[in-house]
Amino acid sequence: MLDSKVPAGPVERKWNDYKGHVKLVNPANKRKLEVIVVGTGLAGASAAATLAELGYRVKAFCFQDSPRRAHSIAAQGGINAAKNYQNDGDSVFRLFYDTLKGGDYRSREANTYRLAEVSANIIDQCVAQGVPFAREYGGLLDNRSFGGVQVKRTFYAAGQTGQQLLLGAYQALERQVALGNVTMYARHEMQDLVIIDGKARGIICRNLITGELERFFGHAVLLCSGGYGNVFYLSTNAMGCNVTAAWKAHKKGAYFANPCYTQIHPTCIPVTGDHQSKLTLMSESLRNDGRIWVPKNQNETRKANDIPEEERDYYLERRYPAFGNLVPRDVASRAAKERCDAGYGVGTTKQAVYLDFRYNLINKYGRAEASRHGIENPDTETLVRLGKEVVKEKYGNLFDMYERITGENPYEVPMRIYPAVHYTMGGLWVDYELMTSIQGLYALGECNFSDHGANRLGASALMQGLADGYFVIPYTIGNYLANEISVKPVPTTHEAFEAAEKAVSDRMNHLMNIKGKQSVETFHKRLGKIMWEKCGMARNEAGLKEGIEEIRALRKEFWNDLKIPGEIKEMNPELDKANRVADFMELGELMCIDALNRTESCGCHFREESQTADGEALRIDDQFQHVSAWEFKGDDNWELHKEHLEFELAKPTQRNYK
Amino acid sequence: MEHYTMNLTLKVWKQKNQNTRGHFETYQVKDISSEMSFLEMFDVLNERLIEENREPIAFDHDCREGICGMCSMYINGRPHGPWHGTTTCQLHMRAFKDGDTIVVEPWRANAFPVIKDLMVDRGAFDRIIQAGGYISVNTGSAADANAIPVEKEKADQAFTAAACIGCGACVAACKNSSAMLFVSAKVAQLALLPQGAPEKKSRVLDMIDQMDKEGFGSCTMTGACEAVCPKEISVDNIARLNEQYLSAVLTIDK
Repeated sequence: MLDSKVPAGPVERKWNDYKGHVKLVNPANKRKLEVIVVGTGLAGASAAATLAELGYRVKAFCFQDSPRRAHSIAAQGGINAAKNYQNDGDSVFRLFYDTLKGGDYRSREANTYRLAEVSANIIDQCVAQGVPFAREYGGLLDNRSFGGVQVKRTFYAAGQTGQQLLLGAYQALERQVALGNVTMYARHEMQDLVIIDGKARGIICRNLITGELERFFGHAVLLCSGGYGNVFYLSTNAMGCNVTAAWKAHKKGAYFANPCYTQIHPTCIPVTGDHQSKLTLMSESLRNDGRIWVPKNQNETRKANDIPEEERDYYLERRYPAFGNLVPRDVASRAAKERCDAGYGVGTTKQAVYLDFRYNLINKYGRAEASRHGIENPDTETLVRLGKEVVKEKYGNLFDMYERITGENPYEVPMRIYPAVHYTMGGLWVDYELMTSIQGLYALGECNFSDHGANRLGASALMQGLADGYFVIPYTIGNYLANEISVKPVPTTHEAFEAAEKAVSDRMNHLMNIKGKQSVETFHKRLGKIMWEKCGMARNEAGLKEGIEEIRALRKEFWNDLKIPGEIKEMNPELDKANRVADFMELGELMCIDALNRTESCGCHFREESQTADGEALRIDDQFQHVSAWEFKGDDNWELHKEHLEFELAKPTQRNYK
Repeated sequence: MEHYTMNLTLKVWKQKNQNTRGHFETYQVKDISSEMSFLEMFDVLNERLIEENREPIAFDHDCREGICGMCSMYINGRPHGPWHGTTTCQLHMRAFKDGDTIVVEPWRANAFPVIKDLMVDRGAFDRIIQAGGYISVNTGSAADANAIPVEKEKADQAFTAAACIGCGACVAACKNSSAMLFVSAKVAQLALLPQGAPEKKSRVLDMIDQMDKEGFGSCTMTGACEAVCPKEISVDNIARLNEQYLSAVLTIDK
């Protein structure tokens, strides 16, 4: 039975009441307790630093060469917080409500409310650390607006907000390393979880430089290892992002919740060919000033600038007059796919739509500048010149990145964009205290499932990672560790460590000894293609069933025909990749099973069988107002547990953006 | 932009580990698209090497969008290759033409030992940050974020310095393998903000001390670091560091 351990009482008071009554660990006892933190992104670095400040002995792990490189670093747009510095009516309730509604009523209300509650503390903390947020001339913090929201609550540092927040957390972490409270293990990748008497007590890691397996004990283990978008091969994730830590925990008993909830971001640079290794995001903020269109003629061959105005279809403005180009991510992505599938796509692959800045460049910024300079009746050329300067100031770095990648100048021709896998809302099931279904094992940040439901709003991922690490886990972990103070560290010669290490070692030997013909990359690409086609932006019963069969067949082939060069006991990036892809193969199947089981559409999960007459996602609340938490029962076998979702403060309604 | 394909000769540094002598190895690559990124060209080569039962080339990379700082190739005598203000992962093959020979080496500096092929150990940068590259504030003790206004110009300058991605190109480009641009970017960022003021003296002294211990060389202000920095971090920050350092040395109470 799933117990979410949500405290009793009104939603607005739960977290305060919880903090007032939670068990504490005294400082002398904290020094005897060891905590393992896997991953050093926003969630992991903030948790490791904060727990070390409190006095716990922390061991932190990352597979990169430094904790500063975790993929949180790449977040562009910003971080939400209910500060109401703009005096525009923001509040904890509004941030909570927007997040819950944006997630299409599939998140846990109490967790989402707590997220909104602690959001303001995050900004205070980061400013104190020296995070250089954008400021106004008066010296106070600036805000920008983001999709699906009517207030300005997004704090930012140009297009590099994730970088600045992560460096803040990284520096806090390095300070604790210097003080001897954190031991940092870079280029170490978790390979398995060690459980003793039903409690998480340690991990097995591969030292990526020597190839040796190493054992580490902890009174508790925190997984902060990010999302699993790379199951699609092509995504906006970094090359190394993987599900292995979470998946190993899943196979040892941690339930995996809502694996089918995958966010496809509408504005990414499209695929150019088979050589493509990753996709690059163009920030959501561009949709504030860009207009999305395709030609009205199918199979159009003219260049964008040669197509006259009346032959352009601004399909988002046509379909959603109220929100236009600023509809939420899931809606914008599906609309782009619909046009391309119908034969209106542009570019060489026909899998792209235009994001055009010319209209606002001339009419919004050009005219405003002309008026400011007192130019009467300016010609188009002047307007373009003046507008360009403003656009450059706002989005210059993004435009430069676009030009570097595509070789095209987006000031002159419209950008070509297409949706791409960006974020995964699903993840390890956790209770209110962020504990998984394994005692003493926690999941934080993108690695867990709880706060964003079926669709995440922009600028909320950074908020959640830091909320979990700075302000939630430092309280909730005490409630568990208070009962562990007399537990002595278990020597890593314990039989549970022996057994876990042997299992890892056996699997690596197995992988190396296949000695087949195909590289890991080939298999990963093929898996990604199946996932994208069968479990991507639109899903249906027949496709998902095919997907499951195809993945099973591919997995079989993988274990019979994989080729890995080199040795185990040395640096071997191909073996590291093979380990990750082997887990993606199993996860991919579970994602399809989950998507098949959830016959409703909600947020980013679009089942073609469940849509309104005009093609919008149709939720079925009486059957699916629950979290689907899957328990691993052996190969190709999972048992479904349901956590019913209660809504006290915000009652579910149908989302409407028309 | 016209797409084209090209055939290239690559001379790549191969080195088994830190204790083994390295050497250049020559590879021919064919039909490389001008649309590929530089690292995707390496992906193509590595796939072929695996197919031919040869050892693939080890190189560091992760985000492939120019922000994580992991990629670190010394291309034709210049860190991150020919494009200004660009990381290796954002360099595209349009920068080259059919028949070119491209020489690729790891960062070369005593403080960055080679781990394998093109990978180096940049742990020294983490240890310099540990020496003082932070503001000592525990979680939960912060005042309201707007309690201290910060002059916009100062905040913007702090941000520009903070944009450093810690890749180490500055060290690789410097004839003395100095880490001054890296260290100064962090010192300047925190010195420009009022939150960083209480620790400004110990911070600059401790970070410089650690930089010396790690074996980085001295700065003679040739500006090679700024010229190759993919984030265009300015040597103005070195001037700010020198100011901080001098004032700290003269006034700190020991």
